[in-house]
Amino acid sequence: MAVTREQVFEGFEPGSRRTPLDWVWAALVLLGSAYAYHLYSPYMDVYEVVIQAGATLGLIVWGWYWKPAQPFSLAVTALSVLAMWRYGDALAAAQSDFLLKYLVASQQAFMWMSALYVGATVAYFAAMFARSAFVGRTATALTWAATVMGLTGMMVRWRESYLMGSDIGHIPVSNLYEVFILFSVITALLYLYYEGRHRTRAMGGFVLLVISAAVGFLLWYTFDREAYHIQPLIPALQSYWMKIHVPTNFIGYGGFALAAMLGLAWLIRARLDASGSRFAQALPGLEVLDDVMYKAIALGFAFFTVATVLGALWAAEAWGGYWSWDPKETWALIVWLNYAAWLHLRLGKGWRGKPMAWWAVIGLFVTTFAFLGVNMFLSGLHSYGGL
Amino acid sequence: MTEPVTEVRPVRTAPRRSLGWLLLEFLGSMNLAITLLVVVSIASVIGTVLKQNEPFQNYIIKFGPFWFEVFQRLGLSDVYSAAWFVGILAFLVVSTSVCLYRHVPGMLREMSHYRTDVQAKSLRAFHNRAEWRVAADRAAVLAGLGEALKASGFKARLKDHGDHVVAAGMRGGFNRLGYLFTHLAIVVICLGGLFDGNLLLKWREWRGDIRLETRDVAARDVPPESRLAPGTTPSFRGNIMLPEGSASNFAFLRLRDGFFVQELPFALELKKFRVDYYPTGQPKDFVSQVLVHDSGHLDKPLEATIRVNHPLVYRGYAIYQSDFGDGGSKLRLRAWPLAGQKAEAPVIEGSVGQKLGLKTPQGELTLELEDFRLFNILPLPKSEVGEDETDQAKKFRNFGPNFTFKLRDSAGQALEYVSYMVPTQLDGRGYFLAGTRSTPAEEYSYLRIPADPKGTPTRFLKLVAALHDAPRVEAILDANAAQGTQPVPAEVREVRKRLVGLFAKGGADAVIARAKEVVPAERLQEATGLYLEILRGSLAELYLQVLRDEGLVVESQLGEAEQRFFEDALNALAVLPNYGSPFYLQLENFEQVQASGLQIAKAGGQNIVYLGFALLIVGVFVMFYTSHRRVWAWIADDAGGGTRVILAGTGNRHQQQFDREFAALRARLAQRLGIPSEHE
Repeated sequence: MAVTREQVFEGFEPGSRRTPLDWVWAALVLLGSAYAYHLYSPYMDVYEVVIQAGATLGLIVWGWYWKPAQPFSLAVTALSVLAMWRYGDALAAAQSDFLLKYLVASQQAFMWMSALYVGATVAYFAAMFARSAFVGRTATALTWAATVMGLTGMMVRWRESYLMGSDIGHIPVSNLYEVFILFSVITALLYLYYEGRHRTRAMGGFVLLVISAAVGFLLWYTFDREAYHIQPLIPALQSYWMKIHVPTNFIGYGGFALAAMLGLAWLIRARLDASGSRFAQALPGLEVLDDVMYKAIALGFAFFTVATVLGALWAAEAWGGYWSWDPKETWALIVWLNYAAWLHLRLGKGWRGKPMAWWAVIGLFVTTFAFLGVNMFLSGLHSYGGL
Repeated sequence: MTEPVTEVRPVRTAPRRSLGWLLLEFLGSMNLAITLLVVVSIASVIGTVLKQNEPFQNYIIKFGPFWFEVFQRLGLSDVYSAAWFVGILAFLVVSTSVCLYRHVPGMLREMSHYRTDVQAKSLRAFHNRAEWRVAADRAAVLAGLGEALKASGFKARLKDHGDHVVAAGMRGGFNRLGYLFTHLAIVVICLGGLFDGNLLLKWREWRGDIRLETRDVAARDVPPESRLAPGTTPSFRGNIMLPEGSASNFAFLRLRDGFFVQELPFALELKKFRVDYYPTGQPKDFVSQVLVHDSGHLDKPLEATIRVNHPLVYRGYAIYQSDFGDGGSKLRLRAWPLAGQKAEAPVIEGSVGQKLGLKTPQGELTLELEDFRLFNILPLPKSEVGEDETDQAKKFRNFGPNFTFKLRDSAGQALEYVSYMVPTQLDGRGYFLAGTRSTPAEEYSYLRIPADPKGTPTRFLKLVAALHDAPRVEAILDANAAQGTQPVPAEVREVRKRLVGLFAKGGADAVIARAKEVVPAERLQEATGLYLEILRGSLAELYLQVLRDEGLVVESQLGEAEQRFFEDALNALAVLPNYGSPFYLQLENFEQVQASGLQIAKAGGQNIVYLGFALLIVGVFVMFYTSHRRVWAWIADDAGGGTRVILAGTGNRHQQQFDREFAALRARLAQRLGIPSEHE
């Protein structure tokens, strides 16, 4: 890591001046958003128009602060538009059209995503042990490609749901199958951000491991349970709140999962250091891990807070009260309290290192139970997310 | 790479210490806070594992009377309003409040106070620092410093200490508000939530002002002490099941094993309730069309539509679509005797929710009509779904109207039944499905009554009647025996009659049990086979007679459909005694009346809680994503001429970002002071 701080921060400074390309980016996003509004405004209520406006601004700012978001978004847009063009008005095109059948129909895109994430995981570990910069770059490229395919698949699935019928159409974040893809994509994006920011690929294998686990679940869910079918929304989910509540929640889950994997890497590295293993140097440094772990948890906590509040506001509209001590709500609170305690220890008491790494790892189990376990084992108002 | 906050080197001097997190100084209360966070989260798990607010009977069945007693003592059936749980939450609120009280004044000072008394020694200990000797005089340095600080966005104060001058700059002091907002938010949310909980209700109950109604009585019979007048409860969540065409000006507040009647200052009338379905059969929308009657506030009744996610808010009361059910559909049933009653099948008329006394050969029974459902969209059995069928919609089918009922004997024991109105197609043949179970925890086991060519259960029920009519059985069997070319021995005829009688009473099980009784184990299979063979022959003769009665010509070969019907009828007859009811209730006609389950809520503390939410979100982002940064310049005349300058700085977040910011400031100052740019 022979990189000076000056270089690392190139393009990350929030206050830095906008380049002409940044304005081109903003113009593109605005144009795209305006065109989408022109096409789809009849399907949107006033809240959804507000959400679209917010998403447009968010995308512009995201692209400004994190430059790779620009080519990423453009790639996803290009592939999604390609799929929409090949589909036309007929869902049946997925059976006959070559591009859809082998590349961009949502199901195919998810398969590509799955294969690429698993490939990226292997490549990151290979790069780590072989200390090969080339393999490392390949791993990053694979992760980017997988993420592009994942988000493209979600966009296309969104369109496919409308091709099934305008009353069936909905954003694909409505069941366990769909949110697992969302989880993979968000976790990967968070990771890629920190990879760029810290100029180290050593964390990649660990983070991609949890994404690969999600992919493994997804494949089982696809082939064993045939969960990939697009289902119409039950009445409780037919709300604009879903568009903001679910993705926000998964930024939280993604941050927590990322932190847990870095906690794991920390513990392994610390043990290798203690035993004087020559592999130790291949792993990311303890300080970087500690720092990124904190940042991921802080980010996850901030978004999880927003998501839980949004959930409460939605609950007030759908279930008649902002808080009902429903198992999912309660587990969201447990997760929140857990990370609140973590942050108090870190910021208030200045704890570092081993206990925090352990806590982050255990935190993933708590989070996973809130995310999966509640749906599998406990009944309640959130039961539509079940297996 | 990063410099963690607390490692901003030696923090020995007094002013330096207060630059860190103020919370650090109160480790004691911090420990308490963390402990409370963990304790609340662990305690919260209980209510997610143990189902809350179930009828008490359910806990007793599941855990036994001893544990039920323990659970009750600990309030586990409603743990989130148990005294000890609320106590822990209260403790958390108090602890947070104390924390705020102790830290906020200091933090507000911290936001506005420029630390101009800093020592050169401590500045030299900073991670971010620079030290120069410049030719310019003090005034020129100060001028350059002022420009550089301004260009970097720092506000600054200057203090002349005589031999040296300290300039202290600051940015992002509002970061400290993050702490204030988040912690204040917790207090605000908890207080608002407490207000919306049922604590007030419990207090009034404890004082004896009101009394929980635990009897199963109609709302109009509830005594005044269990009624809550409008406006006396600032927050509540009540429910009402409203049949179409009826109105209500109250809701039920369920608590423990009873309820209160919450009166409303208006009446709610359900005009129509409707469920919309997707083509796949899943419900798409639940819609209640209501009228609000409120003569004091409305000239004419207010028309409104309530859907899931689209509540009606009227005078601070929010009305939600939460449930639906039957509102007393009128059913016309035909009771076909299954146990040999001589009577013709009588017609029973009743409506859902009614209890009807029936006189049967088994004694007095109470027929409790429980529910009626017009649509029953259910997954098909695996055998009905094609191997290559991928279309989800085709895996579901509407099984048509059904109704459920209970039959309760004089001892109070009840069996539960479900019965479908129209035949279900399975394997290309139609069956009337009639399910029975003894407890709600079980799955229904279904009797499949084959439908005759007219699509009715009549042929099967005639066969049942014939089977139970012993003299008739005898006559038919004897007549057939006489027709045969070979005379049938009397004892064989006797065996046939007895087997038919046994089968009529106890089904296939009785016949097998009988075989076990009379033959040794090694010949059991053979004997059972023989018995069933004889039985089959005898029943076939009854069946032919039933067909003859229908006017069919059966003397030649039977058609395939008739043969299949016979097989199906045999299967159904074999398990008929397990059905447990002395008659089969055929739904002949109905007039559906639906009911909509509405939840009526008033949350007086909602706005307080939402204020807390806003504080929390703003606070969290301010706390994590802004940084309180301070810089200092210590300036003194150098003994050798010129001026000595020490520049140092620190931020409480985002160390790397601050490093860069500090570097920019240093470069600006260096440029203004004419120092060639350097790298450490």
